[in-house]
Amino acid sequence: MIKVSEKLAEQASHSHIITAGDYWMHVVKAGQIFRILDLEGNQAVDTLLYNAADPAERYSATDTIRQQGNVYLTAGTKLLSSEGNVLMEIVADTCGRHDTLGGACAAESNTIRYSLDKKCMHSCRDSWLLAISEQDVFSMSKRDFTHNINFFMNVPVTAAGGLTFEDGISGAGKYVEMVAHMDTIVMISNCPQLNNPCNAYNPTPVEVLIWDAL
Amino acid sequence: MHLTDENLIYSETFPGGAHWSMRMRAGNALRLVDIDGGANVAMLMLNPENPLEKYNMPDTLKGQHTFKLTQGNTLFSDMGRAMCSIVEDSVGWHDTATGTCNRRVVEDKWGHSSYQNARNDYLRNGRDSFLIELGKYGLGKRDLAANLNWFTRIEVDDAGNLIWGEHQSTPGDAITLRFEMDAIVIMHTCPHPLNPAKAYPRKPIRYEIRELPAPAMDDECRLARPESERAFENTRLYHQVKGGQS
Repeated sequence: MIKVSEKLAEQASHSHIITAGDYWMHVVKAGQIFRILDLEGNQAVDTLLYNAADPAERYSATDTIRQQGNVYLTAGTKLLSSEGNVLMEIVADTCGRHDTLGGACAAESNTIRYSLDKKCMHSCRDSWLLAISEQDVFSMSKRDFTHNINFFMNVPVTAAGGLTFEDGISGAGKYVEMVAHMDTIVMISNCPQLNNPCNAYNPTPVEVLIWDAL
Repeated sequence: MHLTDENLIYSETFPGGAHWSMRMRAGNALRLVDIDGGANVAMLMLNPENPLEKYNMPDTLKGQHTFKLTQGNTLFSDMGRAMCSIVEDSVGWHDTATGTCNRRVVEDKWGHSSYQNARNDYLRNGRDSFLIELGKYGLGKRDLAANLNWFTRIEVDDAGNLIWGEHQSTPGDAITLRFEMDAIVIMHTCPHPLNPAKAYPRKPIRYEIRELPAPAMDDECRLARPESERAFENTRLYHQVKGGQS
């Protein structure tokens, strides 16, 4: 569902450009509005969310899908935790559909999907591994990696039970915006994948913006 | 696949609304039989040598361009390996995307029930069942991941809406999982969270552990897709076995 935001970029309290293939890890406070802006279009943004007070409670793709009765994320979607609580809620979306079935690329999954010699290519799970190591204030390990959201990625499920990777439906300037229901650790890998159309074969930067609660 | 007395190691009838776990050995198969029809067996799989490696739903689905699981599919770990393959399936469609019931779901759908008022007939939920079994291996909440829901068919329409499949499993339906590497198997028979039944469905299953021949080079699951073949090759490398056997 397309829903436009009235937030103005110049009023944001925080903004940051995540360059292609880099990570970003940040606590978004309860009540803050958080936007991810696809600067150049068709850029997958692999995102994990955690309750900042207890990171063992984290985003759950399966609970989110089941409780809303739909496999795609868009405006109105409540991003549920593994405990069934709302971490964030999508309040604006100019792309219209986001994926949470496709997971994140890794050296190891590259060997399955493309060829055994693709394991040396940069991947989202490499970015997360570096993130949790460098940002050790969060005391996370690989145990904390779970199934993520792929903002701006288009992974249609067919009625026959197939899963397809289609060209993105995002474009330059499209964004998705959510309000935090609790203090939430956001960990993003700006996807470096070069072997499928999720980034239009050309990974590009995205911008994150945060507005304080009114 | 041959079902004989000779290759049967163990067989047990297992009640609905219950949980258990076991270590499966590479080369053996776990066969699940839906006794009355409409069962659900929720399952997680982890590598006992390093439980950070586990069954990975997204890698399995995107690696085989599928939303459903059935015969010919292989379950991939997050480390790119074939953990187990589906060598027999009379159902045709199993869910792995919609999770398991937690306490809230069970209470909302089927009412409150506790050990105090119902003793061992209390309505167990899937999440607590997983946590109890994971705890036996020193694991917990942080080790949960998307589970398998054997025997449950969840379809998706063009708009992405979930549909409780009209054709669910019937009495005697069976699925056989051949393990390509050792695995801790965590399972429970609590109902699927989208089951529309008015009363808590308590559906028994039978599970069998069988010794199967190693997958041949022309094995159906190995050759189902080039992705599967590469996952089998990664498992062979993990076991450091010569030649084309994983």
